[in-house]
Amino acid sequence: MNRTTHATHDSQAVETGWLRLADIAAFQHWSAELTQAWDESRPCVKVCDGTGCRALGSQKVLSGLRAACQKADLPIPLEIVGTGCPGFCECGPLLTIYPQKISYQKIKPNDVKEIVERTLVGGEIIERLLYTDPLTGEHIHREPDLPFYNKQLRQVLDFNGRIDPTRIEEYVALGGYRALVKALSELEPKQVIDEVKAAGLRGRGGAGFSTGLKWEIARQNIRRTGTGYIICNADEGDPGAFMDRSVMEGNPHSVIEGMLIGAYALGIQDGYVYIRAEYPLAVQNLQTAISQAEEIGLLGEDILGTGFTFHLRVRLGAGAFVCGEETALMASIEGRIGEPRPRPPYPAESGLWGQPTVINNVETWANVPLVIQRGSAAYAAVGTEKSKGTKIFSVVGKINNTGLVEVPMGITLREIIEDIGGGIPNGKRFKAAQLGGPSGGCVPVEHLDVPIDYESLSQLGAIMGSGGMVVADEDTCMVDFARYFMNFTQEESCGKCVPCRVGTKAMLATLERICAGYGEPGDLDYLLEMGQHVRDSSLCGLGQTAPNPVLSTLRYFRDEYEAHILEHRCPAHVCKGLITYSVIAELCTGCMVCLRNCPSDAITGAKQQVHAIDPLRCNRCGMCQSVCKFDAISVN
Amino acid sequence: MIELTINDQVYKVPPGRTILEACREFGIPIRTLCYHPALEPYGGCRLCMVEIAQPGRKPRLATACTYPCEAGLLVWTDSQRVKTSRRLTAELLLATATGAPEIEALARQLGVTTVRYCLPESDACVLCGLCVRACQEIVGVSAIGMIRRGIAKEVSPPFQVASATCIGCGTCVMICPTGVLTLEQITDYHSPHRQLRDGQEVYLDCELCAPQRRIGP
Repeated sequence: MNRTTHATHDSQAVETGWLRLADIAAFQHWSAELTQAWDESRPCVKVCDGTGCRALGSQKVLSGLRAACQKADLPIPLEIVGTGCPGFCECGPLLTIYPQKISYQKIKPNDVKEIVERTLVGGEIIERLLYTDPLTGEHIHREPDLPFYNKQLRQVLDFNGRIDPTRIEEYVALGGYRALVKALSELEPKQVIDEVKAAGLRGRGGAGFSTGLKWEIARQNIRRTGTGYIICNADEGDPGAFMDRSVMEGNPHSVIEGMLIGAYALGIQDGYVYIRAEYPLAVQNLQTAISQAEEIGLLGEDILGTGFTFHLRVRLGAGAFVCGEETALMASIEGRIGEPRPRPPYPAESGLWGQPTVINNVETWANVPLVIQRGSAAYAAVGTEKSKGTKIFSVVGKINNTGLVEVPMGITLREIIEDIGGGIPNGKRFKAAQLGGPSGGCVPVEHLDVPIDYESLSQLGAIMGSGGMVVADEDTCMVDFARYFMNFTQEESCGKCVPCRVGTKAMLATLERICAGYGEPGDLDYLLEMGQHVRDSSLCGLGQTAPNPVLSTLRYFRDEYEAHILEHRCPAHVCKGLITYSVIAELCTGCMVCLRNCPSDAITGAKQQVHAIDPLRCNRCGMCQSVCKFDAISVN
Repeated sequence: MIELTINDQVYKVPPGRTILEACREFGIPIRTLCYHPALEPYGGCRLCMVEIAQPGRKPRLATACTYPCEAGLLVWTDSQRVKTSRRLTAELLLATATGAPEIEALARQLGVTTVRYCLPESDACVLCGLCVRACQEIVGVSAIGMIRRGIAKEVSPPFQVASATCIGCGTCVMICPTGVLTLEQITDYHSPHRQLRDGQEVYLDCELCAPQRRIGP
C-alpha cells in the first residue's frame, strides 16, 4: 500500500492515493506490514493536541517545535506528532519525547527553543519542565512513572497520546480494525452479539443497560422489518464531562470500528454519529477518519470484499442537553424539534424513522472492538461481578490532577481521588464527589471506599452516568452545589412535560430562596415531595433524574440545609445572603489596602486605625479578605 | 384479545389499545388535558398518570394516554401514588396558569388547596400542545409550533411573525382548553376578525376566541 501525500497534522485534507483493500487477505497483509514498521522506540516528539491542551496553547508549541527542529542540527531526523488527549489535562500542554518517554508538562511556546537545544540536541533533561510529585517533591522523568497513570487501566484511552488520530495507518499498525476483520471472517452475526453479551458490556452513557441484550432485542425486530439504524450518541453535555470528546478526538477509528462490528452483528447498513457542534475538533477528526476508512474500503459498499455494506454519516447537534436523550436525539436527526417522546415503543422496536434502532454511547462503541479482539472471557476478567471492563471518568472540580482517568470497574472512589487525582488542593478536606453530572448524586466522604460499579453507585443515590466526577471540598456549600445543578437542568429542560418544566423551576426557586437566606421550615419537605414527584412523573430521563443532586445532598448534608434555614448560616461561607465580613480588630494594622480595594466603598477607617466594614454597603465579594496580608478579615 | 387487570378487575381488549382508550371504553374515569381522541397521544401534561406493574417487576407510574395495553399488565388508576402525582402536577399547572378558570377548577377537583410556588409571570397557556398538533395532524399546515425551551417555551408561528401558511381555519383556537389562544397571535392576514366594509378594514368582536375583548384598532 502506498500513498502519495502525507497528512500534515493540522490539515483536514482527505488523503488521496489509497488503494482500496480488495479483500480480507489484503487487509491482513497491509496491517502486518504496518505493525512491523511501527516502532514505538523511534525518536519522535508527541504533543497532546486535544481541545484542553489546545486551549493552553499546544498548537503554538507544535508549530514552534516543527520550525525549531528544522533549523536545529539534530543527530537524527525527528517526527513531531500531535496526538489525542492522554488525560492529564491539569498539566497541559503535555509533551513526551520518545524513545526515552521523557515527559514535559505545562509547556509554553517560549520553552520550545530550550527543549530543542538542551534536550533534543543536547540530550539533557530540563528539570523545571518535569512533573514534581507534590508529596515527595521528587521530579519524575518518564511518562510511565507518573503517579497519575499508575493505577489506571487504559484500554479505551490506550491509543490517546500514542497515535496521530488523523492517520489511519497508526491505528491499524497498533492492531486497529483487526476486531472487525475477526468478526467478518470468523464470527456469525449472532456470535458477535453473544460475545458482547457474555462480556457483560453495559451502556457507558448512563443507564448501564446490557449492550448485548439491547442488540439481541433489536436484531429480532430488524429481521422482521428488514432495515434499521445504529446511532452513536456523542451528544455529551454534562458540566465538566469530556470523556467522549477525547475518545473521538484522539481515537476516532475505535468508535467507527465498534459501529462497524455492531452493524455487522445487527445486519444494518446505515448509521449516524450524533455529535455536538461545540466539539469542532472531534467532528473534524471523526470526519477525517470516516473518509479515510471509506477510501481504503473499511467503510461503505462491499467492505473488504465480504459483501457487507455500512454507511456512516455525521449529524451535528445544536447544543441542547436534552438531545442526549435517545428519543429526542432521534427526533433531532429526523429534523424535528429535539423533544423526547414517551417509551414504549423503545428505539430497538421503533426508533429513527420508525425503524428498529440501536443507540449506544461513544465509549460503549469504543469498547466493542476490545470485546471482540480479546474475547468475552478476557474482557470480563476486568471489573466486578455485574460491571465489566473499565470506565473513563473526567475528574474535575477541587482536585489536584484534573483530567481523564480510565479505571477498572470496582476501584474505589478513594483511589481515584487520592491516588490518581492527587487529592484536594491547598490541603483542604474532601467533602463529596458528584457522580453522573446533573443527573447523578453526590457520594460523601463516608462512602469513599465503596467499589465503583453501576449497582453500588445507585444504592448510594448517585449514578455511574457518563462518567463526570465533580469533586467538592470543605469550602463548597452543598446547598449551593445542588442549586447549581438544578439551575442547569431547569435551563436545559425541553419544556414538554409539566413536572420537569415547572417542577424543576419550582425546586430551583426554593433553593435560590434558601441560598439567599429566606428559607422556611417547610422548604425541605417541599423539596423532598416535589423532587420525588419530578423523578416519578417526568416524561424522559432528563426530568426523571433532575432532582437527584437535590435529593442526594439532602440525604447526606441535611444539616447544611437546616443551618441555612433555621440558623441563617452558610457553614461553608459561600451563600452571599448568609455571610458577613468583619474586621478582626486585634489583627488589623490599618494599612488601608482593603479599604482601597473595596468595590462598594463599604470599608471605613484611617491609616493605622482599625477599619470597619459596613454590612449594608458590603456586597460580599470577598475582595477585602483576599487582599488582606494580615488575615484580619473574618467571614461569619 | 389481550387480558389485563385494571383496578383489580380483569378486562379483555383488542391489541393496539392504550390504557386510556381501554379505560374510557370500560367507563373508568381518567382525567386528561393534552389528550384528544383525534390526535396522536403526546404525554405532556402527565395528568392521566396511572400506576402499572409488569409481572414480577416493581410498580411504576406511566401515562395512560401513551402506554399500550400489555398482556398480564396490572393497572391502578386511583392508587395513593397516582393521586399524589396528579395533585402535584395540577399544582404545578396552576402555578403557570393562575388566571385560567379551567385549570383552577381542575386543580380543585384533584385536591389542590394551596399553590406553594407561583411563577412570577403566568398566562393561561399550559403548553398542552393541542393547537400545534391539531394544526399539523388535522389541518396539515403546521402554521404554529413551539419555540424556546423549558419554562420559556411558548406557542408561536415560525420566527414569531404572522404565519403565511395559516389558512385561518380556527382549529387551534377551538381546541385550546384554556381559551388563551387567539387567531391574531398566529396570523393577521387570514383573520376572520378582519373584514372589508365599504372599502375600509374593520376588526370585529369574535364570539369564538375572545368574547370579552375587542380586537384590533
